[in-house]
Amino acid sequence: MNSCASPSDNRVDTADLARRIRKDVLRMVHRTRASHVGSCFSMADMMAVLYGRCLRIDPLHPDAADRDRVVVSKGHAAAAVYATLANRGFFPLEWLDHYTENGGLLAGHASHNVPGIELSTGSLGHGLSVGTGMALAARVQQSERRTFVVLSDGECDEGSIWEAALFAGHHGLDNLTVLVDYNKIQSFGRVADILRLEPFADKWRSFGWAVREVDGHDHAALAETLESLPLSAGQPGVLLCHTVKGKGVSFMEDQMVWHYKSPNDEQLAQALRELENAR
Amino acid sequence: MRNAFVDELCRIARERKDVVLLTGDLGFSVLEKFAEEFPERYFNVGIAEQNMAGMAAGLALSGLTVVTYSIANFAIVRCLEQVRNDICYHGGAVIVVSVGTGVAYGSQGYTHHGIEDMAFTRVLPNMAVIAPGDPVETRHGLRALVERGGPGSLRLGRGGEPVLHDPETFRWTFGKAVPLIAPQSVTFLSTGVILGEVLAAADLLQRQGIAAGVLSMPSVEPLDVEAVIAAARHARLLITVEEHVREGGFGGAVAEIVAGLPAPRARLIRTGIARNTAKIVGDQAFLRRTNGIDAASLAALVEGEMAAFVAVENNT
Repeated sequence: MNSCASPSDNRVDTADLARRIRKDVLRMVHRTRASHVGSCFSMADMMAVLYGRCLRIDPLHPDAADRDRVVVSKGHAAAAVYATLANRGFFPLEWLDHYTENGGLLAGHASHNVPGIELSTGSLGHGLSVGTGMALAARVQQSERRTFVVLSDGECDEGSIWEAALFAGHHGLDNLTVLVDYNKIQSFGRVADILRLEPFADKWRSFGWAVREVDGHDHAALAETLESLPLSAGQPGVLLCHTVKGKGVSFMEDQMVWHYKSPNDEQLAQALRELENAR
Repeated sequence: MRNAFVDELCRIARERKDVVLLTGDLGFSVLEKFAEEFPERYFNVGIAEQNMAGMAAGLALSGLTVVTYSIANFAIVRCLEQVRNDICYHGGAVIVVSVGTGVAYGSQGYTHHGIEDMAFTRVLPNMAVIAPGDPVETRHGLRALVERGGPGSLRLGRGGEPVLHDPETFRWTFGKAVPLIAPQSVTFLSTGVILGEVLAAADLLQRQGIAAGVLSMPSVEPLDVEAVIAAARHARLLITVEEHVREGGFGGAVAEIVAGLPAPRARLIRTGIARNTAKIVGDQAFLRRTNGIDAASLAALVEGEMAAFVAVENNT
């Protein structure tokens, strides 16, 4: 079993990192009146544990050949990706003040022009194929590096996800780990009402994947799982991370409207207060 | 052309360990050579072109040079957004090989006609679009794309195309036109597998006492702009020929250049496949004929245009 190889002095308090990610995202979407705060919050804990503890990455050398690869396929949650990378030192925090600004680098959907981002995403259903290619490349090149792909639940409607799932399962790519941000809400309603994914774990299993269901907000559970990869030797692994859209701010939690809305001044103040009080 | 492709790919793979081949479950009697010699660098991804294109991007972003292979539209159009976002935008070294483009699979019906792809590919970021005219251009085109790095589309025929260049002496600079018959007052600009028909048309015209120039232009993007400008200044009549719809592809690219030139410049006629006509079944020769891009039709087109020029001159 591989354990996470991040040097211990490179690890951070993931609860604190998650809080900073959420606060930065709030300020970014408030200032720019941007959407997708709910999607950012449901995956903030997954990002904090990945980047705070588990990945073999060096913010000072984001292009190092044998770094772990991360593809955030749900590119609409770019604000959370940028906040994560800035807080881990891939680029200065003040760049976040220029999110979606004219002439800037931080597009509304994740952009590979930003240090630390492997793939520009935003059209759903692309990331798993690219991640599968990255995992296959590691095998061809006999590299120990690992590939992590973060998917939304809604994007599992896309057929290309299952094309990639077939390939990775067939070829037993156990250097590939998917984290599904399973917040149960997609763009225009509840996943269960729009296009049912359940039995979701069974679908992945039947494609040849090892499956683990975890609370996507439980840092200890996430870390324990991510520190004991692969889930099963000879199989790609998927973590179905049960999450809550808008997690961390009471009035945003499990509300589809926060896929679209940005907080007003009063809501921003309350949300920041709630995040601070959760310490 | 398919065999020239796979022979050259094997040669390149012997020289470069970074070359990987993906196929969308096609290539029977073509790709076996590569699969047998380089099993660790050959992957049949199944009938899943979106995944093939996305994976190719992932492999390329990891430092490999990737060739994807399928027929007609499947390699490009089925997965156009993966080609656009994942391959082209990121500039990955992926060469998308389509075999049987144009109407090579004519009687198989419209689903198998690769006749609009260049209208999509030639405007994508970082993308080179190469449509070789014969097996020799195929070898050189593939090698040039590999050496260039970055995304490329290699648009091939089906098999059995005639060799039109001397393989021993042929030299090609990436992006450049290949003059087969020096530009005349009538000059054909040809891309892709239709080149044999164009040379035959020039031969027919020669017998009528009409000298016609022929430029083979395997590189549609980048286009040899200098060659187009020189031909447009020299000729009275430029005729683009492609086994592709007349709009948006090679003829469209040439028209974008010629339209910007000050007079005097050649009159430009674009020939190719007409849109919305694929209702009648026909093989490649039949469809070339009905679309006016077989040798006899091209020669007749030129004769008609020359007669019209003479008539105009006699009236002035």
